[in-house]
Amino acid sequence: MKFERYGIGIAKGMVLTLKHLFRSPLTVQYPEEKLIVSRRIRGNDLVWFIDRCTGCATCAKSCPQGNIEIVTHRDGEENRYLVDKFEIDTGRCMFCGLCIESCPYEALAMGMSYERSQYRRGDLVLSKADLMPSDIRQPSGYFRPKVEATLPKQSLLIYSDKKKEEGGQKLSFLSLSKKRGWGV
Amino acid sequence: MTLLEQFYVWLKGLWPGFEWAAYLVPALVGIIIILAFVLIMVIVFIYIERRLAARFQIRLGPNRFGPEGILQPMATAVKVLLKEDIVPAKADKVIHFLSPLIVFIPILLIFAVVPIHEGAILTDLNVGIVYVVAISSISTVGIYMAGWGSNNKFALLAAMRTVAQMVSYELPIVFAVVGVVLMAGSLSLTQIVAAQTIPFFLMQPLGFVIFFIGALAEMNRCPFDLLEADSEIVAGYHTEYSGMKFAMFYLGEYGHTAVYSAIISTLFLSGWMGPVLPPIIWLLIKMVIIFFVIVWIRSTIPRMRVDQLMSFAWKGLLPMAIINLFIVAVEKLWLPATLPWLMIIINFICAGILILLWSRLFTLGGGRVEV
Repeated sequence: MKFERYGIGIAKGMVLTLKHLFRSPLTVQYPEEKLIVSRRIRGNDLVWFIDRCTGCATCAKSCPQGNIEIVTHRDGEENRYLVDKFEIDTGRCMFCGLCIESCPYEALAMGMSYERSQYRRGDLVLSKADLMPSDIRQPSGYFRPKVEATLPKQSLLIYSDKKKEEGGQKLSFLSLSKKRGWGV
Repeated sequence: MTLLEQFYVWLKGLWPGFEWAAYLVPALVGIIIILAFVLIMVIVFIYIERRLAARFQIRLGPNRFGPEGILQPMATAVKVLLKEDIVPAKADKVIHFLSPLIVFIPILLIFAVVPIHEGAILTDLNVGIVYVVAISSISTVGIYMAGWGSNNKFALLAAMRTVAQMVSYELPIVFAVVGVVLMAGSLSLTQIVAAQTIPFFLMQPLGFVIFFIGALAEMNRCPFDLLEADSEIVAGYHTEYSGMKFAMFYLGEYGHTAVYSAIISTLFLSGWMGPVLPPIIWLLIKMVIIFFVIVWIRSTIPRMRVDQLMSFAWKGLLPMAIINLFIVAVEKLWLPATLPWLMIIINFICAGILILLWSRLFTLGGGRVEV
């Protein structure tokens, strides 16, 4: 006697959904809880290293939009160019990565931050100081094999909670929600 | 004597010359109490449904507005009330206006006789269950008026489906109720509760299942929510409704759920009876348990097709309900009343056999329905 044909399928389905009730929710509540993005991400940000930049303006020439504005003057004593102004209008940038790929000195890299919204359009124009690397502005491994080799192995679903913002407490994705398994 | 009748007698002593006022004031107070009770239950049920359905789908559900999202139903209510009230140009304006009221008001009428302690809120009718069955059919008229009055093909289709569904599922419900009435020996809801020293869902499990499924169809919940099947007929009968009128339909939908939860717990789960806690709390707990099962079913079982719906009512539930009534009547006649456990065992065995026999009729195989 096959019980599949006697309404047992409905009972099985009911048990399945009941099991789901006791699983902890998979929702990541974004502003409070964040998933860490892969550090090999192609990125939504640009990081610029002032000491490596020679002011050759290859990036500005390669930019299809003409977003990069670079002004240099010649430093007579050390026979090099110093960068006076380096501005990227990220409001128009489409993050194609051509500037990074074209840079001969690896002075420009994709970053990994993604929360870059601004209230004013002018704030999207990143100046020299904005583009410098900092704790939260780290270069990603995109098109930078040397950087990529130093990065730790990680998956997309590593989770950091709010208090430990940099790097965060690393938990695998499924165990993270056990922490907040509060009920209905 | 209900609390309100005591209130009336007290007022009559207080205002000797104003008997009409003493008669009117308790009635108004009762209406306000019922309205507040229904509205609060609806808000609570909307919140519970959203959170529960989310948890069944491994989501969190609304948790932003207020602690744990508890104010989200209020936000929904305010949003709906602030919306523009659009009436289609070629709609039947009067019917279009009346139908939300006709859907909502029977709920208040039913709650008047649901026993919340040893008496009901408004009145102890001695034919309470007949009254409930009669009044609960009125909202069908309201839904049909909504479908007809809004001059919309989807709304009319939904209304047609509703009428067919309600009429079909009314019969098994009534037969299940007759089983309960036979067992309790009274039509009064208070008497039925008083008769349940052993809850009736143990005494007649099959009747409970039939009544529960029929009630699901009557309150238009999944898997019988064909009248608002949004994959087929937009939003069903309230396609052309917005603003306050839509809110009335929404209220009506959840109010029906609340009413049927109350009726099911009264008929089968021994109503307000329970140890330690006060009666009204017991009734609320049982209502929430029933509602939990309803949400559970909603999050599990997909919507039925129209032909499946009708064949399930006429070929499945109705014969089973008649056989169940027959079994109950025979037991009531010949089994001694001192042996309730024997009756429970026999009824469970009968229910199992009948469900197995009838489920054979409704198997799905290879994409073909063998109905």
